[in-house]
Amino acid sequence: MANGLNIHIHFGGGAELLFDKIKKHIVELPPARKYFPDADIEKWRIKELLIWIKDNLLKERPELFLQGESVRPGILVLINDADWELKMYISYFILIH
Amino acid sequence: MPVLCKAGCGKNAMLKRPKTGDTLCKECFYEAFETEIHFTITKAELFNRGDSVAIAASGGKDSTVLAHVLKTLNQRYDYGLNLMLLSIDEGITGYRDDSLETVKQNRDDYEMNLKILSYKDLYGWTMDEIVAQIGRKNNCTFCGVFRRQALDRGAAMLNVKCIATGHNADDIAETVLMNVLRGDIARLKRCTAISTGSEGTIPRVKPLKYTYEKEIVMYAHYKKLVYFSTECVFAPNAYRGHARALLKDLEKIRPTCIMDIIYSGETMAVKEEVSLPTQRICTRCKFVSSQEVCKACVLLEGLNKGLPKLGIGKSSKAKKMLEEYNANQNSTNKAIDEINVDCQKNNCVSRGKACRSNRNKTNDNEVNSRNGEKCCSTQEKTHDSANISNTKLNTLLQDYGIPENDCGHDKNSSIGESSENHNFEVDLHNEDVTSLAEETDACGGACGKMDSMHIGF
Repeated sequence: MANGLNIHIHFGGGAELLFDKIKKHIVELPPARKYFPDADIEKWRIKELLIWIKDNLLKERPELFLQGESVRPGILVLINDADWELKMYISYFILIH
Repeated sequence: MPVLCKAGCGKNAMLKRPKTGDTLCKECFYEAFETEIHFTITKAELFNRGDSVAIAASGGKDSTVLAHVLKTLNQRYDYGLNLMLLSIDEGITGYRDDSLETVKQNRDDYEMNLKILSYKDLYGWTMDEIVAQIGRKNNCTFCGVFRRQALDRGAAMLNVKCIATGHNADDIAETVLMNVLRGDIARLKRCTAISTGSEGTIPRVKPLKYTYEKEIVMYAHYKKLVYFSTECVFAPNAYRGHARALLKDLEKIRPTCIMDIIYSGETMAVKEEVSLPTQRICTRCKFVSSQEVCKACVLLEGLNKGLPKLGIGKSSKAKKMLEEYNANQNSTNKAIDEINVDCQKNNCVSRGKACRSNRNKTNDNEVNSRNGEKCCSTQEKTHDSANISNTKLNTLLQDYGIPENDCGHDKNSSIGESSENHNFEVDLHNEDVTSLAEETDACGGACGKMDSMHIGF
């Protein structure tokens, strides 16, 4: 567990349809540096997590999930059950509490 | 560093309100959310004490939140309302059957009576059966038109004062935008009204008119309300989808645009010389209609006569049908002669086997019987479509009393008359056939809205 990051990802309100209709995922993220070897990334942010989700969990229609670097407008994102609009959106750093 | 609730309660904020930009904790958000809806209801005087109110319930987030909030407010502020749920079963396997289970859950959770009306019982057709007839292109027209009327019928059966629908601010802004994009001034005028309904009809009210979709989703999420969120299994309306995406893109940059579009719709003045259709009663089913025969009756007639496309499309299509009809009246014999001449020229003899010409596959037998063993490719199609349009036209003429002779004598004037007075074509200026569906009901319940979903980490 030196560098891995365990997180829960929940999809709801229709978003789960893009993920095999599975609402709750418990995942372990690899070290950010390993997953993005070409980029100089030390810590996971939401921005990187979205790419990881697209690569590893998303099953269909990526255009309904991502738009540019962020989620498609209209998709609401909660971090620890709070609106990500309070938390710097995609720049939020995912840390173990 | 956590953001504090702006209401000053000392708790951490959990969300940012799109309408005001305020950061609030859960409890203060509930308070603001519910109080605003209460304010909307009392300011517009949507209900009177003692009224029976049907909540149009689809099992989706909007109607579930509406039912929850109306029940809460009815108790808190003692409205004295008798609330009940009204659901329409369109007969869409894999979609509505599941969502109706959610509505039944609402019925138990909120202790309200539930009435379910099905398309099958009302019209004799389920949406599954209609789609089997019409295909997936225009089915939303049927669904929207039928649902609108089905809700009216259900409300009449329940003997309620009004129907409350879950249309939210985003929906209404989207409808304003859609009506601008279609140049549909009549609907643009009425789509922002919080209460709609003319004399003799049961009014529809929209208590969530000023409530943002984001807040509805957050409210349902934090309150752990059970709601159904699956796309309709049939194709959604692409044009509306673009309008929706545009609105969401704009909302991201400037969230108040939703309220601003509604405000623009509400205050927009329509020039007096713009003629608007008047509402009247359908001569067939006696329900409210903007035409002599309502859209639901025209669509149903088409289905029952095996002509599901009747009532779909622009008036120019009907004009074309009339023109073809007239032209073909005189030229049928001529066409057959030409066919024979052409066949001899092309020397396309089928030699007892199926003709391989591309264009006449469907009609081999007919041609063979008419022209011996010969077939041809060019005239064949004309003849075929002539027969079809004749049947269609006869039905149209019969059903709507368009005098057949007029068509023959004076083509142009009879076409004009048929579209103006007989009104078998409802939306004369609409480009997109799906826009035939009424107001925001176009796909209010049936087309999946993937864009209010949420993700939590």
